[in-house]
Amino acid sequence: MANLVIIFLSAVIVNNYVLVNFLGICPFVGVSKKIGPAISMGMATTFVMTLTAAVAWLVNRYILEGLNLQFLQTVSFILVIASLVQLVEMFIKKVSKPLYDALGIFLPLITTNCAILGVALFLVLKEYNFIESIIFGFSAGVGFTLAIVIMAGIREELELADVPEYFKGAPITMIVAGCLALAFMGFSGLI
Amino acid sequence: MASKTSHPKEFLKGLWDENPVLRMLLGLCPTLAVTNSAINGFSMGLAVIFTLVMSSAIISLARNIIPKEVRIPTFIIVIATFVTIADKMLAAHVPDISKALGPFVPLIVVNCIILGRQEAFASKNPVGRSVIDALGMSIGFTITLTILGSIRELLGVGTIFAVQIMPLSFEPWMVMVLQPGAFLTLGLMIGISNWLNARRAK
Repeated sequence: MANLVIIFLSAVIVNNYVLVNFLGICPFVGVSKKIGPAISMGMATTFVMTLTAAVAWLVNRYILEGLNLQFLQTVSFILVIASLVQLVEMFIKKVSKPLYDALGIFLPLITTNCAILGVALFLVLKEYNFIESIIFGFSAGVGFTLAIVIMAGIREELELADVPEYFKGAPITMIVAGCLALAFMGFSGLI
Repeated sequence: MASKTSHPKEFLKGLWDENPVLRMLLGLCPTLAVTNSAINGFSMGLAVIFTLVMSSAIISLARNIIPKEVRIPTFIIVIATFVTIADKMLAAHVPDISKALGPFVPLIVVNCIILGRQEAFASKNPVGRSVIDALGMSIGFTITLTILGSIRELLGVGTIFAVQIMPLSFEPWMVMVLQPGAFLTLGLMIGISNWLNARRAK
């Protein structure tokens, strides 16, 4: 149990997916203009990450390791993710229309989010068991959501700030992210 | 539009006008993650050059036989194949660098630069032109990563490609080789490139 709590805290705060591991920077910069969409993106990502972690673990353990095909890892994981996202999209559309409308365009975008493939690769690298992998996938998603929502909050305020002309948009976002990363470094001694 | 430009122009646009990192903001994850030293940034760039050029060539050759509906999965499989080759080659020949780059080599698969070039260019243009475009883009990427890595390494540990540059009395700014340094340096680089571009346009 303590083990799982450590995995959770480490993925959310200490080794935050976006600010410390640099995964999922594209949506972090692209979808962090307003808080609302940022929350939807975070939720969709968390959902897909948790599922990916479970399926990737099973695929890795029973198909790749079972048949000694580890060199196909990258290819098979990306296929797993692409088909999973497609399935999730169809499933949500059928079951819950409001949720589908809320997640809408974010779902297909997630396929090319490197944070998802990152989860699959990391859980193999760290040799997590099945339960740990699921917790890891979920907490990585929570960490991503935390970072993107904080960023969206700051950027909404930034709209009113007087930023030098050439630093508007991406450059100032990067610099703010740098400050956030500095703040998150304060957690590094926690675990 | 793209098919009318000359070959040298096709190559040069990747270096500056459409530089994938500074102007298009693509492939930011590896850009930020592996540039804690010049050599890491440079090796990452080499892996991307190999993957992008090879997949552009293959996709461009097969562009007329790939059905439109399944083009994205096809691109991804081709890209993933070359990424696996690059990953295994790095692990076999330069194990230290392969370790430092970690999961970011397999992550080249989802690098938007590569998929983006297949979708926007290689699937519509003949082989020669696609390879030139791929070379330009990936070399632009490599140069940017090497510069970013050099700045961070210079300020963070006082060296570039492990050669001592700063006087020994220089107190290294540790933060530059840690995560915040990546964001701050890239932010400044994009800002400066915006400024240079605006000046050139005048």
